[in-house]
Amino acid sequence: MILTLILLTLLVLAAVWTVMTRSLMMSAVGLALTSVILSIIIFTLNSPLAGVFELSVCAGLITVVFISTMSLTKPITRTEFKKQTKDRIKRYWYMPVIIILIGLGCALMLTAPDLKPLTPAIENDVRNVMWKVRQTDVLGQIIILLAGVFGVVVLFKERKKND
Amino acid sequence: MALLLILIPLASIILLNIGFKNAMTKLAIWLSLAVSAWQVAMIIFKVGFDSLNLVNVFNLEIDGLSSVLLLSIGIVAFCSILVGNGTICCPKKKFNFYNLILLSIIGMNGIVMVRDLFSMYVFLEITAVSAFILIAYQEDKFSMEGSFKYLVLSAVATVMMLSSIAILLMYAGNTSFVMVRDAVQGMNSPLVLTAIALFVVGLLIKGGLVPFHGWLPDAYTSAPASVSAFIAGIVTKTTGIYTMIRIVSEVFGFSETIKMILMIVGLISIFVGALAALGQNDFKRMLAYSSISQVGYIILSLGTGTALGVAGAVFHLFNHSIFKTQLFINSAAVEKQTGTRDMDSMSGLSNVMPVTGWTSVVAFLSTAGIPPLSGFWSKLIIVIALWKAGYYWFAGLAIIGSLITLAYFLYMQRRVFFGKINVNFKDIKEAGASIIIPAIILAAITLGVGIFFPYFINTIIVPVSSVF
Repeated sequence: MILTLILLTLLVLAAVWTVMTRSLMMSAVGLALTSVILSIIIFTLNSPLAGVFELSVCAGLITVVFISTMSLTKPITRTEFKKQTKDRIKRYWYMPVIIILIGLGCALMLTAPDLKPLTPAIENDVRNVMWKVRQTDVLGQIIILLAGVFGVVVLFKERKKND
Repeated sequence: MALLLILIPLASIILLNIGFKNAMTKLAIWLSLAVSAWQVAMIIFKVGFDSLNLVNVFNLEIDGLSSVLLLSIGIVAFCSILVGNGTICCPKKKFNFYNLILLSIIGMNGIVMVRDLFSMYVFLEITAVSAFILIAYQEDKFSMEGSFKYLVLSAVATVMMLSSIAILLMYAGNTSFVMVRDAVQGMNSPLVLTAIALFVVGLLIKGGLVPFHGWLPDAYTSAPASVSAFIAGIVTKTTGIYTMIRIVSEVFGFSETIKMILMIVGLISIFVGALAALGQNDFKRMLAYSSISQVGYIILSLGTGTALGVAGAVFHLFNHSIFKTQLFINSAAVEKQTGTRDMDSMSGLSNVMPVTGWTSVVAFLSTAGIPPLSGFWSKLIIVIALWKAGYYWFAGLAIIGSLITLAYFLYMQRRVFFGKINVNFKDIKEAGASIIIPAIILAAITLGVGIFFPYFINTIIVPVSSVF
């Protein structure tokens, strides 16, 4: 329990850093770090399969896609960057307050629910899960990746070529 | 056949991108037109419905409600592809446009055929990603801004829906519609109610209903003409409105709270959309607000919770996808020929663009619910459903909303198409065949559905009862 709480705290800190950091690259690294911590939490919750997927896809593949996309963009100037940061803080200072209040509200209002015990993922064979239980989702995920790659090519690669 | 509706567009995208760039750039329009026309033919003639046993393996199903949406997707995609051919400038951008339309078709076909909350979410994401790129790929500042607004709001909706699915999974042990329905219907746990509220609000954002409509006028207005027609015509209708009909009627059920929320949101959307449309000068922006208003009718009808109400919602969804695409195509024709969307600077355009003028009259009369056009019948069913369910005030207000619709469309017609022609535009001609043909097709469907309503009541309204 204590380990989970420590990990959850680290997860929130990493996520906040991801959103608030100045550099886009650091933000991508922060997201990868968030995914690594989430993977550890998933492992501790006895779901190694989900943990491996989180680690390989979110911490690995997605970070590679982000960094590749960033390499196709142009950085803004330091002055523009400072102005945008100031504007952003001025606009959204209340967001963390709202999120913390919602979290506290939910924690206080919601009593422990009568949940249906889920079958631990460890009991399911990965082949069974992927090709017999969630095969529609696997097909969908492949198409999402295709759409994402298409987006990067259309919005960034071709524009860089034109520039 | 269900799986083919995903695999054939997917195979087409792969074929278009494997090489032979010059040949594929020329082939792209024909292939994408063929895919959408094939989809329409499959649904109308019900060919090959049981030809593949893979249907059950992938848990995809086609019922009456899915058929209506698949038909709309095919028709709107076909017309948008033609309009794209007539309005998008360079071959490279046209090629990207056709690919993205095919990707969206996959996403939307998946949404209407899956019977699992998480799978629905996956296909919603495919459609959303394609839509972001479609809005932004023109690469100017406004389209980027419109796409970014859509992306942010869509991400908020996605987080809400995903959180809801996670909570429902904990209760049901599965995310299939049937299992979730059995687990949550009639349950008063605060956590389940929170999950239902999160999902419904997520769908309201995706559908662009008041008060979550802020992104919609910007997204529709900033996108290229053919993209506006496609997104306004079918994308938001599938991702936000069809999903709402399916999930509420098949999973969450019609509790009194859900019914009241839907009816109030629907009614507010009707009036906010209509009154905002009345004050617009930008042609596309006016149509965007009109879209919010018409979607309000669909949600209002759904809110009755009766079979007739759901049927009215689905029928109006189909009609709206047809006549709204038509109006956006008319605006594309006007924008292409005059170079502006400012309605104050136009007048008398039907003298020089008669086909655009008269097809837009058909579409606006249908939107306003004038007999014998398709919109009249669907609005009549909605009003009857409200009346029979005992919501007399809502029925009366729905009729008043329709009168406001008539008012803003008459105002638009007078400013754009009728009256004395603006001397600056006296030498312009009709837009090319690529824009005129889809406008005529859609006007014919609006007219045909209205005139042959007794036939359509059996093919559209009766099959929808399979939802229950």
